[in-house]
Amino acid sequence: MDRLLAFFRRSSGNSASVAKERLRIIVSQERTARGGPDYLPVLRSELLEVIRKYVNVDPEAVHINLQREDGHDVLELSVSLPGGARS
Amino acid sequence: MTEIIVVTSGKGGVGKTTTSASVACGLARRGKKVAVIDFDIGLRNLDLVMGCERRVVYDFVNVIQGDCTLKQALIKDKRIESLYILAASQTRDKEALTSEGVHRVLKELEADGFDYIICDSPAGIEKGAHLAMYFADRAIVVVNPEVSSVRDSDRILGLLASKTLRAEQGNGGVKEHLLLTRYSPRRVAAGEMMSVADVKEILGIDVLGVIPESPDVLSASNAGTPVILNQESIVAKAYEDAVSRLLGEEIPLRYIEEPKKSFFARVFGG
Ligand SMILES: Nc1ncnc2c1ncn2[C@@H]1O[C@H](COP(=O)(O)OP(=O)(O)OP(=O)(O)O)[C@@H](O)[C@H]1O
Ligand SMILES: [Mg+2]
Repeated sequence: MDRLLAFFRRSSGNSASVAKERLRIIVSQERTARGGPDYLPVLRSELLEVIRKYVNVDPEAVHINLQREDGHDVLELSVSLPGGARS
Repeated sequence: MTEIIVVTSGKGGVGKTTTSASVACGLARRGKKVAVIDFDIGLRNLDLVMGCERRVVYDFVNVIQGDCTLKQALIKDKRIESLYILAASQTRDKEALTSEGVHRVLKELEADGFDYIICDSPAGIEKGAHLAMYFADRAIVVVNPEVSSVRDSDRILGLLASKTLRAEQGNGGVKEHLLLTRYSPRRVAAGEMMSVADVKEILGIDVLGVIPESPDVLSASNAGTPVILNQESIVAKAYEDAVSRLLGEEIPLRYIEEPKKSFFARVFGG
């Protein structure tokens, strides 16, 4: 019986994949902030404010990514909108 | 040529001192001349793990402040020829550790013909941790498969890439190695713990080794014998493998999968 329970517990909560996903996001966010210019965190929160005038999104919905490509920096911005936000 | 290796992590209690002691022993047993230095000022511990706590007369800060010579402060290991320990001081004054002082000691060890200097970093990102990594050629970043440890180690990677002599000189920076410790293949298989592949993917650096979680580590520190010297332990074998990789050998990772049980063992227990 114990073994059966253990089996179900095993197949249900996969907390390791949750941990990995959370880390993937926070680490990439922190790397961007670290490598990039000092204004990035402020830029991020101001963008969030503007977006929120139109759509109610989470702070987590705004992703900023800074990459160097052929000698110039590319600032990539993506916002995931909540379901049904499309009008 | 002397190679300076910092063992660092950001987060505390992940296995830096355990690793410093074992890696230093492993290198020395292969004939290298090795000094292992405790940078954890105020919280001396490496001497206990190495089992030489009663032979500490002078420490790192004494040398820096000129109270004694480096020769007087270096403790020669009783088990392995060519292994020396420099203990941290118990002083509360962390300012006692200066960049010039550390540099002078490292230079002197270099002149004395040491092949490797292992710097056991304190936790955190304050002065002690900064000085432990500043002069390093390579870094062993010790990580537990757990969210806060991984995040902290990424911050350490950021510091290694910016706040070290090699980074400032722009000559390739510090070579970074990931050492995943306290790994439990059983919990990884159960989806309860991130795998070595997961952590490697997030941090994006080479894996130097995976050290399993084991009670052998506690018994080793109880006895004051670095765990790598316990030939029966798989932890010792995993550390030996890490030392081999440090020396450039390419060998596959071991002990990262749960030992397969037979069908009968699974059904009837065992
Ligand atoms: N592979 C392992 N299996 C089981 N326990 C371990 C393992 N590695 C380390 N430990 C235990 O974890 C604890 C912390 O280890 P250690 O002192 O090496 O960490 P540390 O990173 O140097 O800590 P600090 O940040 O305080 O300097 C010790 O009790 C040690 O026995
Ligand atoms: Mg320690």
